[in-house]
Amino acid sequence: MLRRIARHFMSIAALVLLGGLLSATLVRMAPGFDSDERELDPSLNVESIRALRAQRAGEHNVLRYYVGYLSDALHGDLGISHALGQPVKSLLRTRWPVTLRVAGVGLLLGWLLATMLAFSACLWRHPLYEVFGTTLSGAFLCIPAAVLALVSVILDTPGYLAIALIVFPKIYRYLRNLLDRAYAMPHITAARARGVDELRILLWHVLPVAGPQLIALAGITISLAIGASIPVESLCGLPGIGQLAWQAALARDLPLLVNLTVLVTLVTLLANSGADVMIHVLNPREA
Amino acid sequence: MKIARLVACVVVVAVCATSLGAHWLAPAGYARQFREAPGAPPSRAHLLGTDEVGRDRFARVLYGTRISLLLAPAAALVSTALAALIGGLAGYVGGIWLRLARAFTDLFLSLPWLFLLITVRAVLPLNVSPLVSVLITFLILGLLGWAASARVLATSADSLRNSDFVLQARASGLHGARLFIVHVLPNLKPVLYAQFWISIPVFILSEANLGVLGLGVAEPLPSWGSLLRELEGLISFREEPWRLAPLLLLIVVMTSFQVLLSNEEVTA
Repeated sequence: MLRRIARHFMSIAALVLLGGLLSATLVRMAPGFDSDERELDPSLNVESIRALRAQRAGEHNVLRYYVGYLSDALHGDLGISHALGQPVKSLLRTRWPVTLRVAGVGLLLGWLLATMLAFSACLWRHPLYEVFGTTLSGAFLCIPAAVLALVSVILDTPGYLAIALIVFPKIYRYLRNLLDRAYAMPHITAARARGVDELRILLWHVLPVAGPQLIALAGITISLAIGASIPVESLCGLPGIGQLAWQAALARDLPLLVNLTVLVTLVTLLANSGADVMIHVLNPREA
Repeated sequence: MKIARLVACVVVVAVCATSLGAHWLAPAGYARQFREAPGAPPSRAHLLGTDEVGRDRFARVLYGTRISLLLAPAAALVSTALAALIGGLAGYVGGIWLRLARAFTDLFLSLPWLFLLITVRAVLPLNVSPLVSVLITFLILGLLGWAASARVLATSADSLRNSDFVLQARASGLHGARLFIVHVLPNLKPVLYAQFWISIPVFILSEANLGVLGLGVAEPLPSWGSLLRELEGLISFREEPWRLAPLLLLIVVMTSFQVLLSNEEVTA
């Protein structure tokens, strides 16, 4: 077990480091990276411009920049955002709770709606539930996340509702497939033939079979919610990590982008690995 | 289900054909301004009204549909080819290459798709000609969308590597690229086709997301993304419901794609 966790941590560390390096390389190679709009300010003299250039000189060599960044990060210094002129650490600290709340509540609502529809279709086995769930999830699956965010702005609804509607169809579709597969197993058919109650079948026979995959799905949906928070926060004006990512991308803010890539990669990998470890703990044979 | 698929197929073909005939069907070009009628409601001259700068919305929807529906499959082709190259080859070679390919796909898949997309799109020039912006947008989708398909293809190629017919071919002296092209690749065809078709609706939606966020196709060229951006200025749906036309068309086409792709393919 400890070996498994250690392996997960090593793989996460390697992927996170690689992700950060890729992000830094990408931004460094972007056309126009060398130009700084502040240099256009007519009130600056030659020495000020030289000082500005010296400030960015350390970012020209990607490897040197990245090694320096990692060394500073180990000491708790995540650098200063070029675009916002604030320490990245304080930006992340102030923005993270907003995303945690919006994406967290949205994810919870999305799961609630998906499980309610999927389980009611299984329990009552009426075609109406199936048709309703499939139509509803299909409709939301066809609408771009950014449009759902715009609709949320127009209707003046909270941002987490948009996130819930973005993640709901994906959760519902996976959930239905998992449950369908579990219900198709011979021992469920046998239980039904013996007249076992549908609720008992679901709780005692279906959920234990679909459980490990459900946990894995929970891990994946965290990444989905973080992705959904970008258009929702950007368009709804919510000052979270998603909006910060959007601003950093537009401003080509290297320190901010590298930190955000590392953070987002870390969160999604931790969620997936956490789900994997939980599956192993609950059912060692499945993992 | 067969009837539903037939209807979906007819819808997709009809929308494609209509958009291809935009030159003849549209009352004007997508960039032509009717300066005397900016923001006009639907009329005989302008079926869906005009936008804020007086361009015919119906014409823009037709031309935008053409761009989105033609270039999304092109991007899907690029991503599937990359997936075949990276995933297929790594699965076929196996060993360290397979592990490396899996680690690389893990890295790509660990980043939320939209985050990856906006980061890469934003580091590329935004102030470019409309045609270049179209190419950049769809090329990015093609170049970044390979990871999930590559993972599926790597697993399929890995299982083929040790299959009886490949072992037989190896024993007969067939090796390397010839074995891959003649025996492995044809057996990967069904997976490749499935990945190609799955990618199309994903890329259509991704382009729409990029467009709404202002990172998609540049003006005056229309695409579903840039047309949906118009919704940003909408105060209420009742006020100008005709502005929802591009969204309704997108929903209809995406629903048709959903029906056309079987349940297993959609969730693969």
